[in-house]
Amino acid sequence: MNISVIRYNAGNIQSVSFALERLGVNFTITDDPETIRKSDKVLFPGVGEASSTMKYLRERKLDQLIRELKQPVFGICLGMQLLCRHSEENNTECLGIFDEEVKRFQAGPQFKVPHMGWNQLALSNGWLDPALDNQNVYFVHSYYVPVNPHTSAITEYIVPFSAALKKDNFYAVQFHPEKSAEAGERVLKSFLNL
Amino acid sequence: MLTKRIIPCLDIKDGRTVKGVNFVNIRDAGDPVELASAYARQGADELVFLDISATNEKRKTLAALVKDIARHINIPFTVGGGISSVDDVGPLLEAGADKVSINSSAVRRPELLDELANAFGTQCIVLAIDARKINNQWVVHTHGGKTSTDKKLFSWAKEGQERGAGEILFTSMDHDGTKSGFAIDPLEKLHNFLSIPVIASGGAGVMEHFTQAFVLGKADAALAASIFHFGEIAIPDLKKYLLNQGIITR
Repeated sequence: MNISVIRYNAGNIQSVSFALERLGVNFTITDDPETIRKSDKVLFPGVGEASSTMKYLRERKLDQLIRELKQPVFGICLGMQLLCRHSEENNTECLGIFDEEVKRFQAGPQFKVPHMGWNQLALSNGWLDPALDNQNVYFVHSYYVPVNPHTSAITEYIVPFSAALKKDNFYAVQFHPEKSAEAGERVLKSFLNL
Repeated sequence: MLTKRIIPCLDIKDGRTVKGVNFVNIRDAGDPVELASAYARQGADELVFLDISATNEKRKTLAALVKDIARHINIPFTVGGGISSVDDVGPLLEAGADKVSINSSAVRRPELLDELANAFGTQCIVLAIDARKINNQWVVHTHGGKTSTDKKLFSWAKEGQERGAGEILFTSMDHDGTKSGFAIDPLEKLHNFLSIPVIASGGAGVMEHFTQAFVLGKADAALAASIFHFGEIAIPDLKKYLLNQGIITR
């Protein structure tokens, strides 16, 4: 299998690469449109700020490329948020695969923002390994995607939100599988084994 | 439900862990990668690596070490020690560190927190604060606790949050090394005062101390070094104990 990890200014490309290496997967980190188009699967990692990242993607026409991909695409963390329509983070127009508004968590006396740490998954529809139901995975984020018809796992923090999404050939998770120990490896395998 | 985090802290000097002398099932306790992997396997939720190398020259190898750690462990980790600029942080995050911890350099130049948050996002900036109670005030200290400053714990933590710290790592120097428990009162006050997570540090001796930090101190995470390194408390046992106390961990 031929896997591309999209090279851009995301903060966790190294960590995602190492996680794939630990699984013994061969992959290419690339921003070459032809290589990405021809690969069997595409990973779209992400750590950073939405508007500057979208600007970076637009300048390199990677936004259009990602929208047009037909093979399974896997968005991680900010990668998932960017697959949505719009983000409250600096009022950013995103890629629009998922017709959702990415919202900011409202901090309260019991709730710190960012949502940082290990929290449980409640699976709701089926591309993630069923063994992941109720398992803890690692989150770090201040913005979230509300629960919607494409939600495939829910986590609760302040509100129930989308921990994972799926629509057509687009798959995404809000947490960091590359940092989520054995559970994270199962998540990556769930995508790689599609 | 967001779980409470248990965080072993490893001191690194010239690329080797110090203090790690009595860890079970490990070949070379001085090898940060091996020690870190062992903790990850045991169920540690995060790790902190604190570089206490004496000179910047020796710190230059840190990014290579971070890369080696990131290659081998599958849980998040923070790197700290001697970080004083945006240029110091970039290579560490690129090498696979999830967060960096800033201490003395932020006290010296608080704008550093704004610069780091703008460059990398608040989620990867941990403001480490060492403080000691003097005349009923929690006074911030720097340089491993050697130098006292005119900053006070609560106002400095709040300023740190406003400038862009994503998390506060509070070490009570009065409790550190005493094994008499964490500093509960200031932890609870920090919790009430801040909207970012707080890591309790300094004073862990027995499992009950973690319950106190989480329940009474409302800490989001608890950090300890020697009790883990010397095998006095095993992380799986600690997590089982906490569960029995009604505290959810991973």
